[in-house]
Amino acid sequence: METALFVAWFEEAARLVRADRDRLTRLDAAIGDADHGTNLDRGLTEVLKALAESAPASEAEVLTTAGATLIRRVGGASGPLYGSLFRQMGKVLQTPVTLAAFAGAFEEGVVAVERLGKAALGDKTMVDALAPASRALALAVRDGVGVREALDQAARAAGEGSKATIPMQARKGRASYLGERSIGHEDPGAASATLIMTALANVAG
Amino acid sequence: MVGVVLVSHSAGLAIEAAALARGIAGENAPVAAAGGTEDGGLGTSVDLIEAAVRGVDRGAGVVIIPDLGSSVLTARLLEEDGRVVVADVPFVEGAIAAAVAAGAGVPLADVLEAAEEARTFRKL
Repeated sequence: METALFVAWFEEAARLVRADRDRLTRLDAAIGDADHGTNLDRGLTEVLKALAESAPASEAEVLTTAGATLIRRVGGASGPLYGSLFRQMGKVLQTPVTLAAFAGAFEEGVVAVERLGKAALGDKTMVDALAPASRALALAVRDGVGVREALDQAARAAGEGSKATIPMQARKGRASYLGERSIGHEDPGAASATLIMTALANVAG
Repeated sequence: MVGVVLVSHSAGLAIEAAALARGIAGENAPVAAAGGTEDGGLGTSVDLIEAAVRGVDRGAGVVIIPDLGSSVLTARLLEEDGRVVVADVPFVEGAIAAAVAAGAGVPLADVLEAAEEARTFRKL
């Protein structure tokens, strides 16, 4: 996995989030404050700008640049959360960037998100998509699966995790104020996390 | 003196809460507001919060009091062990308690404790 692939990941993520911006905002309108699609769209656009300007020399630099940009440029909760994911990944990513190195960095990134948001699996947050994706990557490494197949499995696990948030009652964020009324809606953070994992699978294929 | 930074999704709310806290604690209490996004919308800006932290930092540490959601998450990214701490307290009551304690010149741990007492303080 090379630097160009990581840049392509964010380009594809920006494209998928833009294409699904209105769906993400609709999901957020149901249980949040209806800004997730626009916030993430703007944040990823800023990431692409930052990557073009700084021309990062390594995989880790792509991730830390993306993370720092999301933290600085997104005014909603997704900024610090996704920002921490990528910044932490960039901080710990080992070279050469094998699937095992990527899976290890991703796992630590997800832990950073869980710590910052104090969220766990089942709270109806982006963790419900990110943690299954991380597990899928770890299993793929264990089983010696190829990069492309492993990233496909991670994207599928994220998607299944996101769909699993529909019957959950939110325990974090604005949606948690809605109590039982948060049941029956897919979590917008889990939905956008699925797009981000799908983006990586798309560019690796 | 310990600095106090009030972080709200709303610039107006942060500014008025800071004015209220200073009004009660005394003008020499270092209290700064960091509300809203840089373009004036509802949300949080890490740059605005960082600038506010620097603005009230007199070397004795800074307590950040966020309202909720992204304010909390962004504030926590700026925590520095024993130097910059985030208080898990009600926004207005915590701000006033922290400002009064900071204005009295007590150390960081005591300002944080004063703010945290606001969580259980009964009004009736």
